[in-house]
Amino acid sequence: MTLLESRRVTAPARRRGVSRRRGGRAGYLFVAGYAVLLLAFGVFPTVYAFYLSLTNDRGQFTGVNQFVKVIQDYRFVPAFTDMLLYLVMWLVLLVVLTVLVAVVLRGRMRPGLSALFRFLFYLPGALAGVASVLVWLFMLDPDVSPVSWLLDSLGLNSFAAVLAPGNLPVILVLIAFWTGAGGWIVVMYGALNNIPDEVLEAAKMDGAGPWKTAWHIQIPMIRTWIAYMAILAFAAGTQLFVEPQLLQTASLGRVSPTWSPNQLAYVFAFQQGDFNGAAAVSVFLLAIGLIAAGLLVRRSDMFKVDET
Amino acid sequence: MRTTTSPRAAFRRTPARTAVAVLAVSALTTLAGCASASPAAPTAASSSAFKPVTQNPNATITVWTDSTRLPEVQAYQKSHPGVKMNIVTYDGSADGSTYLQTKVQLFDRTGSGWPDVVFSSSTTDATWASEPTKPGAIPFAAPLDQGLVPQSTLDNFAKGSLTACQYNGHTYCLRNDIAQVVLWYNKTLMDQFGYTVPTTWEQYEALGQKVAKQHPGYLVGSVGDTNSQESYFWSSQCPAFDLVQPDTLRTDLSSPDCTRMSNLLDTLISDKSVSTQGFFSQGFAKDSGSKVLMANGPSWYGQYLFNSAFKTPAGQIAAAAPLTWDGDTTAATGNVGGGLWMVSSHSTNLKAATALATWLTTSDANQASAPTYPAYVPAADAWLANPANKQYFASDVSSAFKQAANEVWTGWSNTKFSDATAWSSVVLPALTAGKTLTSTLPAWQAAIADEAKAEGYKVTTQ
Repeated sequence: MTLLESRRVTAPARRRGVSRRRGGRAGYLFVAGYAVLLLAFGVFPTVYAFYLSLTNDRGQFTGVNQFVKVIQDYRFVPAFTDMLLYLVMWLVLLVVLTVLVAVVLRGRMRPGLSALFRFLFYLPGALAGVASVLVWLFMLDPDVSPVSWLLDSLGLNSFAAVLAPGNLPVILVLIAFWTGAGGWIVVMYGALNNIPDEVLEAAKMDGAGPWKTAWHIQIPMIRTWIAYMAILAFAAGTQLFVEPQLLQTASLGRVSPTWSPNQLAYVFAFQQGDFNGAAAVSVFLLAIGLIAAGLLVRRSDMFKVDET
Repeated sequence: MRTTTSPRAAFRRTPARTAVAVLAVSALTTLAGCASASPAAPTAASSSAFKPVTQNPNATITVWTDSTRLPEVQAYQKSHPGVKMNIVTYDGSADGSTYLQTKVQLFDRTGSGWPDVVFSSSTTDATWASEPTKPGAIPFAAPLDQGLVPQSTLDNFAKGSLTACQYNGHTYCLRNDIAQVVLWYNKTLMDQFGYTVPTTWEQYEALGQKVAKQHPGYLVGSVGDTNSQESYFWSSQCPAFDLVQPDTLRTDLSSPDCTRMSNLLDTLISDKSVSTQGFFSQGFAKDSGSKVLMANGPSWYGQYLFNSAFKTPAGQIAAAAPLTWDGDTTAATGNVGGGLWMVSSHSTNLKAATALATWLTTSDANQASAPTYPAYVPAADAWLANPANKQYFASDVSSAFKQAANEVWTGWSNTKFSDATAWSSVVLPALTAGKTLTSTLPAWQAAIADEAKAEGYKVTTQ
């Protein structure tokens, strides 16, 4: 859900040539509400997490010892492996499919039909995270699933078999794609709309078919949007918590309670009473998110908007 | 906005700077000899005398209960209108939930919010609640033997049932019920098939094989639930969770006491007379509930499994005494859960809180009609004397229940982590994937050892 909000914040702001007028208190007033919330619930907790990760529960400075401790924990490597496996599958699927669907909706379909499909794709995203997991619990349980024939044909004849450890990344990708992709299809569609018609006509005159146009003109021109999607999807993916946690409960413990790093941090804090270790895990997640975002920003020249 | 070059240049410079900073910090760390990252061990101070907070005999007491016990708390409220109570329903730590522990961790940090009286269906809750969650905190559970509950009352709890509540020589909870494992069987089906009820595990195995041949589809047990290990491996006296010292856990699943059970179950699993699907798993009641011939399980199986879940008609189900092994002199059985009541050490009305917890666990008024078998011996007698508790069964379950209550093996210790996690997340998926139980024992042992070490136990596997 955080995705939607941040998207709204960044989406406008492309008014070239209009000189920005400085001053005016109203501007500060408008920003103030967000800034206060950001400080209280974004910046302060981050700083506090850094403080916790560098100390122990007696408040003594521990240097990197907390980080060493959590890396050596037997659950650390499995949890991060699970998360990375999930992220790779989820990002590849998301980027390929959303761009493909957006291109098809934009170029190969009547506007009315396209609008209907965009609405349908977006719909599951309107369900809150927990509700969407519950929908999937029904889908995945052969006893009640409307597609139990499909599960049966895959040799999965009980809920326990569906939730075998090897299947979990696939299941979580399915849930994430189902809830998250629709919103991104709408965004990509909007990005494609921004490409001037003259450019596409020129491509056509030069003999480019629809697929060539997509590959050589449209996709390169929405590159920064794709990178933007990848950054936010990556950040959301590293924070995977609700889905595996609910699967863990619903499967009566067959899914590890520390499947994802966020769950590991949760167990550190609330079962072992080790808030410092939990903070160290969360700092690792922050670092991974920042590194990935940095790489994507640089490779896609995202901040070169003004020069084009 | 037009100064396009400088931000990018700055961006390029930062990684180098960060690297230098990180290097500097780590160098500092090594030089300064930093403090240990592990949380403080519980100090000896926790065993010093209990000092209650300022008491107020009129204070409202907040009670956290699960939905099963809710009517009992409401009944107390009705019969004691003078006591101001705030009743809250929560999950009662069922199915490995850590809600209570999570909340208490947070209350300990904010310094307020603790409930006064809490029900928990997990004995694991008593272990962490009897130790401080952080330096300077006092344990959540009040030591009830220090002037709150008379020793004569504590002495009347069933043998060993308060072990789960004890730490450092003090008693931190009152046991609500015990869940001694007995052999449940469907008398109607057994008579119809012409089988006699087994008394030893060897007979049980032979009967399971016979059932597989003569009546395929019928079951003599299931290993697929989150607590099946307590029904089978605890009964087998398998040293999986054996606290030889308060801080040293012995887990030795290669012991013959474990493999005799895993081999027996492997035979019956491959014969399909023991299911790897849990009794409580989705769809089991509908598909196989009427085909359960026997079930080695806790005393609450009668009402909760056969009556509520399987909807087996009254007059069919009976209970037999725990099974023994050929050549074993001492009988032993397992224990599956069993709830407990704790009083908060932060309570401002300890008197009312303790009175409630005592009434709930020991009074005939409450326990004689409780849904589970009382841990308090006089109340258990009243429970057994109550015809409502027995009319569902085909024969009198009293002697089997009483005998099993005295035979619960004490070598399966109560640890700070749940014995269900490793079983559910390591063993059960392996069984579902078709592996044998015996071949999964090493992985189970490794998972137990890992969990124990993470909780600060020393681990021995001898």
